[in-house]
Amino acid sequence: MRDVRELPNYRDALMAAVLDLAAEHQEVVFLDADVSSCIGSTAFSKAYPDRAFNIGIAEANMAGVAAGMASMGLRPFIHTFGCFVTRRAYDQLFISVGYTRQCVHVIGSDPGIVAQYNGGTHMPFEDIALMRQIPGFAIVEPSDAQSLYDLTIQLYQNGTSSYMRVPRKGTSVRYAPGEVVLGKGVELADGKDVALIATGAVMVDAALRARDILKAKGIDATVIDLHTIRPLDTDIIDKVASRCGHVLVMENGRYAGGIGEMIAAYLARTNPVRMDFLSVGERFGEVGNLRYLASAFGFTAENAAAKAEGLIR
Amino acid sequence: MNSELLQRLKDAAFEIRCRTIREIASFGSGHIGGSMSIVELLSYLYFHEMNVDPADPKKEDRDRLVVSKGHSGPAVYATLAYRGFFPDSLLETLNQGGTMLPSHCDMLKTPGIDFTAGSLGQGFSAALGIATAQRLKGMDARTFTIIGDGESQEGQVYEVAEAAGAWGTDNLFAFLDKNGKQLDGCVEDIIPAFDTFGRWESFGWDVQEIDGHDFAQIESAVEKAKQHHGKPHMIIMNTIKSYGYIPGETEKNNHSMSISKEGAEAAIKALREREGRA
Repeated sequence: MRDVRELPNYRDALMAAVLDLAAEHQEVVFLDADVSSCIGSTAFSKAYPDRAFNIGIAEANMAGVAAGMASMGLRPFIHTFGCFVTRRAYDQLFISVGYTRQCVHVIGSDPGIVAQYNGGTHMPFEDIALMRQIPGFAIVEPSDAQSLYDLTIQLYQNGTSSYMRVPRKGTSVRYAPGEVVLGKGVELADGKDVALIATGAVMVDAALRARDILKAKGIDATVIDLHTIRPLDTDIIDKVASRCGHVLVMENGRYAGGIGEMIAAYLARTNPVRMDFLSVGERFGEVGNLRYLASAFGFTAENAAAKAEGLIR
Repeated sequence: MNSELLQRLKDAAFEIRCRTIREIASFGSGHIGGSMSIVELLSYLYFHEMNVDPADPKKEDRDRLVVSKGHSGPAVYATLAYRGFFPDSLLETLNQGGTMLPSHCDMLKTPGIDFTAGSLGQGFSAALGIATAQRLKGMDARTFTIIGDGESQEGQVYEVAEAAGAWGTDNLFAFLDKNGKQLDGCVEDIIPAFDTFGRWESFGWDVQEIDGHDFAQIESAVEKAKQHHGKPHMIIMNTIKSYGYIPGETEKNNHSMSISKEGAEAAIKALREREGRA
């Protein structure tokens, strides 16, 4: 795996992976819906002009064209903002890609509150719930740039359709190359009292800070980076639920149909423990910077720590 | 069109119609209207134009057909059976549990079906993707696709229109089955298309309009389209919904109809007489 930790933005790590795949596999094509400059796929179209397709502002057609290409043995990546690539092209992803078992890699950028200044119309909270309804899609949200690179490569090798939530701007460094394995959550901190299972950079960062707050109160928290949402890593969930007996699921998305519900449904059958959830309820997104939105939606370390403490006390 | 080819295609169309009527009657009902309106085209494509091999339905360099109006499945299956992709006896399993022949075309179930359709507009996008992939792979193959005039109310159709026009996808041959009807009635009464020809021309397509039941006109249009490079091709076919299933031709609501086994045989007899067949 290439080391991408020095790259300035998440999107650079994504495009590094796609370009590396394209260099090795001539089947790789990249389709974008008029937001190629936002994700940096202009680098792809420069390197492989014949294999890059800006389909215009036409998400449904992008998904359908990709499905047709996949039926010819090509391996399309398709990208636009997460809200559009899921909601606007949902029936196409469901029927033309999912139902036909074609392999298409769907990139949805700016997950949840990361959409920031584009505001409520552009803020996907429900994308995970939607994509969970399509059998056969792997669903991933990396929490740093290196795992974004590594998981992109592994999703390609995995050979099923996939949906990946990708922040575009800024970066974070958590993992070394090759450290993250698709389908295997990462135990970032080992505690005995409560398990914080978090997905995505916003929530993994909040979980790690919440662990410090809890530590000061004598509570020993486990932190899991659950970067792969499907297939669900039931081994790590069983392990931390058994060890801690309390689980807080933290996701930058909607509760209904989301990761928390998924884990609760699993644990209800295997190992019922006290649970709580940090996610979005019946509420739409809104505009603001990341700090404002984290506060407005309660996606803070303080709120996570309070919920975790509430589970135990 | 030479008379030998014309007779061969007419015979094929007759055989496909008989099979389609009996197939739908074996289940008791089905999408007879939009199946019968494309039978001449299916005959022309599978018995003259397309490079396909029933013994090797997945051969990579084949021409492909995406029937985006996926509810025409029964006619497509009858055509594939008559062409030798699978035995005629399978046609009697239409829509039965576990069948290879679901009411809407499914690429994972039926040999010879190149892409799944049923949610209207989607097959058209897939056809553009397939044609684009054929070009990218340097193949000489072509993609044929059939959309409906009711289907043409779907916005996705025009996303394909603009992209194919922009890309000049000239190995994409689209046929619009303009039978004038949709599930709820006449297209003109629901959402009329006004200028269908001009609409496609404005998207940068090579457009022709023909009688979709006239083999000589189909041949002439396809041959002309093959000579027109740099644009995707749209051949608007004026057709009669349920054409050849005579009891349905005059029915107002002929999208999906019940057909008994006795009714099927009577309809085939009537068609045989109308075509002057012994």
